[in-house]
Amino acid sequence: MIPAQFDYHAPRSLDEAIALLRQHDGAKVLAGGQSLIPAMRFRLAQPEVLIDINGIKNLSGIAKKGKYIEVGALARHAQVEHSDVIAKHAPLIALAMPHIGHPAIRNRGTFGGSIAFADPAAELPACLLALGGEIDIAGPRGKRKVNADAFFKGLFETALRPQEMITAVRIPAADKTTRVGFAELARRHGDYAIVGLAASARGNAKGLADVRLAYFGVGNTPVRAKKAEAALAAGDVDAAVKALDLDPHDDVQATAKTKKHLAGVLLRRVAKQLMEARG
Amino acid sequence: MSNYAVDVSLTVNGERVQKRVDARKTLVDFLRDDLFLTGSHVGCEHGVCGACTVRVDGEIVRGCLMLAAQCDGAKVETIEGLSDSGEIADLQAAFEQRNALQCGFCTPGMLAAAQDLLKRAKKVPSRDEIREHLSGNYCRCTGYHAIVDAVEAVAQGRAKGR
Repeated sequence: MIPAQFDYHAPRSLDEAIALLRQHDGAKVLAGGQSLIPAMRFRLAQPEVLIDINGIKNLSGIAKKGKYIEVGALARHAQVEHSDVIAKHAPLIALAMPHIGHPAIRNRGTFGGSIAFADPAAELPACLLALGGEIDIAGPRGKRKVNADAFFKGLFETALRPQEMITAVRIPAADKTTRVGFAELARRHGDYAIVGLAASARGNAKGLADVRLAYFGVGNTPVRAKKAEAALAAGDVDAAVKALDLDPHDDVQATAKTKKHLAGVLLRRVAKQLMEARG
Repeated sequence: MSNYAVDVSLTVNGERVQKRVDARKTLVDFLRDDLFLTGSHVGCEHGVCGACTVRVDGEIVRGCLMLAAQCDGAKVETIEGLSDSGEIADLQAAFEQRNALQCGFCTPGMLAAAQDLLKRAKKVPSRDEIREHLSGNYCRCTGYHAIVDAVEAVAQGRAKGR
């Protein structure tokens, strides 16, 4: 279908974008458009005002800043996928990128857009949760930061308030002790996951510590399996699978029972990746 | 002032185009309805099938998921341009020889996606890599096998020619 009519604005600066957001209640921000435009075509979204932020400079950088990697909200998936900084310092993101859509989608879709949209079956929100990342937000009342643990609130619902937008995402840079794992099951490569798992941990002489398991495609948001995290930190993969505290719903792709089973399958695969030393 | 329509200035297949477009018009509808370049096909209209694949500033995109209004200043290339320039003549010949198309609906998008892989490949891609790169393009006729054959043959041919 053709999207409903909207008033189109293409600000050239962040200040201009924020001013437009303040002025137009209920305006939508257009970044890569790989989810928003389909939603508009189905008329699931009918914004009266569309604020296209693609012309804003300095929102698409990828850089190491101290102990963090900062990814600008407008960084395209393809740019992240081929970034040396990401390959070196954010191995979990590097593992996840090829699973996001298809090449033509990755050329347009943005890092910030995926986080703001917060599809519960998408890769990046789960990665951010697994890494304990931070989201930079700008709005009429100034700038603020929100931790990934507090950002994803419900089905397509985040801590973003109306009139606010994401400007960047920060994730802790990997060091020698960092271990990561990623696996997902999808019907076709690049489709949304039936079930997926993004994980991070620290490796030490005894095994794993600070295990964070973030599942996607099993609930209204990406979810951490905290009981399984504890069992995995204690070194027991079987116990971790048994302890999986997930409550998936049936959906068009699979039943809740199937999803729960597959979550266990993925946990075994990812546990193996976590236990193997990096490099 | 409301902007329900915007002025855009872009190049399409090397020709300069200046038009006033509805803000809600997608790139592929603009190409087909306003410029009569009907080689880019409209399939699912929500980014799943890949039939509308075109190049914008050298990168393949979904023509149905980009607004024409966003193409101000852009360089757009469609299957007509790729075909006329001879850039994909070998791919087109291989598709014909290997029966890599039947109805042809997916072919313009398939060729654009295949050329995207081949032009940046530093070595001959594996069949898995070819399949992965074409994973966003649906074909309901061939079962894909012949398409992978054709792309692989061209990759090998170009590697020999280098």
